Amino acid sequence: MSKSLCWIAAAALLVLLCGATTATKVGDVAPDFARADLAGRPVHLADYRGKLVLLNFWATWCAPCRKEMPLFSMWQRDYGAQGLQIVGVSMDDDVTSVKQLLAQRPVQYPIVMGDAKLGAQFGGVLGLPLSFLIDAQGRIVARYQGESDLARMEAKLKELLPRQRQ
Amino acid sequence: MMQPAITLQSCKLFSASVAVWILMVAMYPALAETRPAASVPPADLIQPADFAASLKSSSVPKPLILQVGFRTMYDQSHIPGSDYAGPGNMPAGLQVLSDRVSALPKETAIVIYCGCCPWSSCPNIAAAYDKLYGLGFTKVKVLYIADNFGTDWVDKGYPATKDHGLHTDTSR
Repeated sequence: MSKSLCWIAAAALLVLLCGATTATKVGDVAPDFARADLAGRPVHLADYRGKLVLLNFWATWCAPCRKEMPLFSMWQRDYGAQGLQIVGVSMDDDVTSVKQLLAQRPVQYPIVMGDAKLGAQFGGVLGLPLSFLIDAQGRIVARYQGESDLARMEAKLKELLPRQRQ
Repeated sequence: MMQPAITLQSCKLFSASVAVWILMVAMYPALAETRPAASVPPADLIQPADFAASLKSSSVPKPLILQVGFRTMYDQSHIPGSDYAGPGNMPAGLQVLSDRVSALPKETAIVIYCGCCPWSSCPNIAAAYDKLYGLGFTKVKVLYIADNFGTDWVDKGYPATKDHGLHTDTSR
């Protein structure tokens, strides 16, 4: 009995370790997560299956991130009807500065607070900005680290929209 | 006769702009002007490959290594043996840094690093460097991380860990 328990514990530990160290790369299914946004509404990544998701890790202290956000907000407005859903994950240590920034510069997509655990799920968010483009089947189709060419990102995104403009 | 009126109007406009800016900075500290990382003298920069090699070497004395960026980043991955002492862009973070080094001799070799974002955008490193020099430390080096800690350190296979809370020896 105790031997069986040891095996179960070892297997559980292995699963935990594997989960914690899985690197997330293009072609992988995006790890699922569920968090409340800043207004308390639930945000569950799996609920966006069928949409093209731009998952953007950012922080208030990251100047290139702040530069991207107004554009992302415009994309949400312009391409939302064609199946785009942008989700922002703030990696700030504290929610106060996030709320202050968004009060001044609101965006048209949900923002949730991230942490080391969520970062680890995505292979480690060890530098910002970092964005993942996730297709309608939940698969990662592009990864953008650092200051990206936003025109190229938009072109890729338009190409992958689930519903093309008539 | 028009000149004084224009000047008065300009003064009012300027005062209003300054007031708005002060209000914005007070409400949102990240907008405050931060000294760019490029202001750190090149002679005080250390390249990742060189630093990783020195960490491997048993003949090179180990400096005190401090991560002066953000806690969420440190918790995910950091250089083994490094302590968290930030963030450098906030007065509270600089106080953590001051407290961490307060009992140390001024000639202590210290290496600080961040890697939160591209070097040109790092809000922490120059402030932390200035703070340490202001406190009288004379052997401060800055790890030059061009893009971010993941790309320039972890992905290169240099030593990194998630463990923390083990380095409480404040004599170094």
